[in-house]
Amino acid sequence: MIKFENVTKAYPDGTVAVDGLNLEAPTGKLTILVGPSGCGKTTSLRMINRLIEPTSGTIYLDDQPTSGMDAALLRRRIGYVIQHAGLFPHRTIVDNIATMPLLLGENPKKAKMRALELMERVGLPASFERRYPWQLSGGQQQRVGVARALAADPAFMLMDEPFSAVDPVVRAQLQDEFLRLQQEIGKTIIMVTHDIDEALKLGDQVAVMRVGGHLAQMATPSELLTAPADDFVADFVGRDRGYRSLGFTDSSGAVDIREEAFVELGASAGEARTKASGAWVLVVDSNRKPLGWAQPERIAVEVRREDLNLSGTSASSAGTMRQLLDAALSSPSRRGVVVNSSGELLGTVTATDVIKAIEAEPHLETAR
Amino acid sequence: MNFEWLGRQFDNIVVLLGWHVFLSVTPLILGLLIALPLGWWARRQRSVYPFLVGVAGLLYTVPSLALFVLLPLVLGSKILDPVNIIAALTIYTVALLVRVVADALDSVPEDTVQAAKAMGYRAYQSFLKVELPVSVPVISAGLRVAAVSNVSLVSVAALLGIPQLGSLFTQGFQLRFFTPIIAGIILCVILAMVLDGLVILLNRWLTPWTPKVVAS
Amino acid sequence: MNYLFDPAHWTGADGIPTLLGEHLLYSMIALGIAAILAIPLGIYIGVTGKGVFMIAGLANALRALPSVGLLILLVLLISPAFPSKMGYILPSLIVLVLLAVPPILTNTYAGVRAVDAAAVDAARGMGFRTMKILTDVQLPCSLPLMLSGVRSALLQIISTATIAAYISLGGLGRLLIDGKAQNDFSQMVAGAVLVALLALFFDQLLAFITRRVVSPGLTRRTLKTVTSPSDAPLIPAAA
Repeated sequence: MIKFENVTKAYPDGTVAVDGLNLEAPTGKLTILVGPSGCGKTTSLRMINRLIEPTSGTIYLDDQPTSGMDAALLRRRIGYVIQHAGLFPHRTIVDNIATMPLLLGENPKKAKMRALELMERVGLPASFERRYPWQLSGGQQQRVGVARALAADPAFMLMDEPFSAVDPVVRAQLQDEFLRLQQEIGKTIIMVTHDIDEALKLGDQVAVMRVGGHLAQMATPSELLTAPADDFVADFVGRDRGYRSLGFTDSSGAVDIREEAFVELGASAGEARTKASGAWVLVVDSNRKPLGWAQPERIAVEVRREDLNLSGTSASSAGTMRQLLDAALSSPSRRGVVVNSSGELLGTVTATDVIKAIEAEPHLETAR
Repeated sequence: MNFEWLGRQFDNIVVLLGWHVFLSVTPLILGLLIALPLGWWARRQRSVYPFLVGVAGLLYTVPSLALFVLLPLVLGSKILDPVNIIAALTIYTVALLVRVVADALDSVPEDTVQAAKAMGYRAYQSFLKVELPVSVPVISAGLRVAAVSNVSLVSVAALLGIPQLGSLFTQGFQLRFFTPIIAGIILCVILAMVLDGLVILLNRWLTPWTPKVVAS
Repeated sequence: MNYLFDPAHWTGADGIPTLLGEHLLYSMIALGIAAILAIPLGIYIGVTGKGVFMIAGLANALRALPSVGLLILLVLLISPAFPSKMGYILPSLIVLVLLAVPPILTNTYAGVRAVDAAAVDAARGMGFRTMKILTDVQLPCSLPLMLSGVRSALLQIISTATIAAYISLGGLGRLLIDGKAQNDFSQMVAGAVLVALLALFFDQLLAFITRRVVSPGLTRRTLKTVTSPSDAPLIPAAA
């Protein structure tokens, strides 16, 4: 657990970057500090590993105040990931990752093996071992940065805008993979970002800070969306809050899934007409996995791939209300496809079904 | 410091200064005129760049006195001919500037170049109207180095007997007399500073779009 | 060129090997002193940021000083106090060091400043102590520019040492100066060729050392070594 107790950072010229911050980041969870420029989020982060020293107040690492510790030794217990990775350009990837274990006195062979393991963990091919940072893309460099931070298996990790310096497609990939990784490793992490959507997507807890270094609200993503503490938080979280909050609700069992008739590829036009309900019929593959919708009156002889309308998304039965609603809204037949964990068809839902369920139980909690 | 002597030698010193200016500035101009197209070519044809820069590097490595002596062989001129000095310093200037020009042209933002192309400029028009003007600051910086170096290099020619401010040094050495030496050093430094300043002014005149910042 | 082919010229106190040896000796001593002075200073200024005024002012100022004038001035000042050979060796060394310090200093400073700030921040965040950051991150990463400065400086030294023959210093410049005095053009050419070769040799030697010593991660080289333009010194030597 990382705890801030009345922590302030004031500079000699009078600027107050962080003002009496009180915050607790629970063990094993990912806490995100988010806010506009100048809110003191990065300053707060860097006070944890004492790259910046607090003016007053105490920061605790598992109930031990950090002020008494040797700063260098403190930092060796905390993984540190920064925006532009900060890899050592003069060392190979594997040497970069092995930096921490070697610093802690690990046997070089073991350190190297650990580095190779971590490369695999973060999704880097083993062939990158002897490459240099300049040969890697931004996203790849960032993965190395994460691997390097994990190499000494620290209990804590600090991440300063780790995914901001890459393009949106790569960013989404890195975020997804990082979520998966965190589920495996369960470290106590504090991450800083200016992107509220990233905060809501990744954080177990999100601390919204306002300019001047004050904590505006600390809550789960769902709470931030459904119960923002004040105008600033509401504004910062942004619009479409109702719709976005649906992304944090568990839909399992809340909505009745209707039976849906279906045909397979290659079925005759006649069969398609029989199985259709309204103007559309659902087409699946031989494993009962949905492929798309077709209009029987447009089918010549038999159902072919070209006849399929692919716009509908499919929702998992264990997914969120948002996925269910989107499945219904995006489907040309207005019936949203629901599948099980293997991707096989379970049935469909209509938007009305989903809305009824939402209205019946307004605060369905997060499935995380 | 014997000012009386200086007073008597004044006309002589002015002549030497004139020669020094001529020998320093001519290679600058010639060197720049040669380096511009070479630098452009080096950038245009990427395969040529390593060769040109390599040769330039080698030439720059040859010590000045050696080059002053070897050039008469190549040019077929007499050793005392100032042409050797001008040729040698032009070679040094070109060697220095080729890389500077190529890199300066290279550092023009790609967007700018593309915009010029899209507007319909031909290659040489783009070069003259867009790329070269934008490269002026970097080229000026290189030109300043060349200018100041040249002033010092010219004085080396005194060892071969060629008349310029360096002659004051050799004269002072032979006569064990400080005055001409100190006068020579001061004049050289002043000349170097004047040329440096002229290039700075030229740069500012050619780039009216840059904000007026305190000169470094 | 005939001078080179006369075997008499290859022996004795005035022989080519002796002159070459002298030239190398003075050059290396001057380079060593200049490096010992300039590298730590450059690192200090680069890391702490104190004294940056020295960098900008120094380089341009010293480049403007005519080496011939300086040599002669110092010789006239110093030789009365030192009747022996030191009378001209000392002023020569002083000038050589004086002219070699700026390229090493400015390039070392530039090298330290050019180190990726994110890498230094990451190192500090990982728990490296200041000394270790210097030795493990900043120095290796500033090596390319530092060596480039040494390369420029050596060139400057070899060149100026040649000129110093005028004030009686030994070395290959003797062939040029004596040749001029004796109107022996062949001797002068021999001297010029030898000095040029010496300079080229050391320039390439330092380029080679740079390629070997600097991490491929910095020079962006793939494993097939190719002589690239990045070998050329950043701030070239004058004279």
